Formats: sequence, C-alpha cells, structure tokens
Amino acid sequence: MKQAFDFVEMKVPAKSEFVGVLRLTISGLANRMGFSYEEIEDLKVATSEAITNAVNHAYYDEDTGEVTIGFGMYDDRIEIMIADRGGSFDLKEIREQIGPYNDGESSVEEMREGGFGLFLIDALMDKVEINNNHGVIVIMTKFLYENEVGQNGDQISTTQ
Amino acid sequence: MNLHIDDHLEQDVGVLKLSGEIDAYTAPQLKEKLLSLVEEKPNVEVDLLKVSYMDSTGLGVFISALKLSKEKGHEFKLVNLQENVYRLFNITGLNEVINIENTVEGEIS
Repeated sequence: MKQAFDFVEMKVPAKSEFVGVLRLTISGLANRMGFSYEEIEDLKVATSEAITNAVNHAYYDEDTGEVTIGFGMYDDRIEIMIADRGGSFDLKEIREQIGPYNDGESSVEEMREGGFGLFLIDALMDKVEINNNHGVIVIMTKFLYENEVGQNGDQISTTQ
Repeated sequence: MNLHIDDHLEQDVGVLKLSGEIDAYTAPQLKEKLLSLVEEKPNVEVDLLKVSYMDSTGLGVFISALKLSKEKGHEFKLVNLQENVYRLFNITGLNEVINIENTVEGEIS
C-alpha cells in the first residue's frame, strides 16, 4: 500500500524556547493543508505537549540534546512524529515497532509526569501511538475532513 | 512567543494581567509571580484577555495557585478567557474546580 505524501523534518535543541517555534511551523503546515482555525489550535496544543514531553524527557539523559519532529502531510491527514533522540526517522522501522496508545503501558506512565499533557494530546488528536524502544517516539494523526466548499473545488488543494 | 506579566492592585485585589503565550518556556516566570501574589494577597485575579495560546504547562501553574490559595484560605480566580484557552479547562474538567469568570468570544459565562 503506497501513498504519496510530503514530509518535513526538523531537528531542534531540546530546550523549551523552541516549543513556540515548532508551534508556528505546525500552524503554517496545517493552514496550507486546509485545516480549520479550531483544528489548527488543536494541532498547536497537541504538538506543543508532545515536544514539551520530549524536551523534559531528553533533560534526564545528558547526551541527548535534540528533539526530532517529522510532519507527514497526506491528502486526508497529517501525521506528526516527535522523537527525543537526535537521529533521523526511519519511517518504515518506526511503523513496524509502533503500538496503539494504551493506558496501562509504562511509557505512558512516564510521560504522565507532565500532568495533563498526554491527556490533551489524546483528546485533541484522532490517533495517538507511542513507541518506547529507543527514547520515546510519539506519532499522532489528525484527519482532514473536507467541508462542502472543498468538495465543490472552491478550496485550495494540492490534488489535481 | 513571550509572555508579558503586569501586576497591580485594584481595590485590594491583586490583579495579574497577562498577554502573550503560556507554554513550557514562559510558564516558570508566571508560576513564580502568581504564587508569590497568591501567598501575599487574600484576593487574586488573573486576567487572560490577551493570552492567545496556553497548554498544559499553564494548567499546571493554575493548579498550583489553586492549591496554595486553598491552603491560605485566599480567593483565586481567572477572568476574560479566550475560547481556545477556556476549552482546555473544559476538556480537562478543571473548569469545575477553578473559579472562572467572563469568558470572551463565546456564550459560556
């Protein structure tokens, strides 16, 4: 099953002052894809929460000073990946190792230290997956529900 | 992406007027100011009219302030919340425990 998509990857220092920079990035990408104002607000909060978790997590591990963020832009959804290890994403490898978000898992307990962060991610996104084998990787998805204007071709779209 | 904090007294009520964004970067300075104000004043009001963005780090600060105000027997409330900011209190159920007044741009009161 192959699906064409655009992919943007960023690597930032694991410092809280970069959370706002990434919020601007997700806001711009989601706006380009046609998400609504409310959906963009959801994406900003969910992305900030995941990056804040990654920054806090990387903090305990002296030699991991970077957070990697990947944005996969599909026709019908955006997938945001946040990893608290500096290495680039091997998309295929991550896919194979990821499991569905589950309340009982230890990786989730670890992230809950931040309070409401993961709860909000789960509430604001359509799908959340967490992988904890090498550092923590969060993959979260939000679907693009086109409105009727979009169906009539009255909306900017990248599909031909 | 900064937070500006202005603090003044309005008829014995300690008012904290915030403008900007509350996130992991700005929350620590807010926490410091807010907790010392709640500690000192029996009545504290936080005006969020000009706060355009907030996430769980902000919720954490307000939970700390609420706890401290209960300990001290002080009053603590939030006023003039934008719709997107209020929404987080609503989703997490914190609107039930924190005193919130005058949300703007919506029908919630």
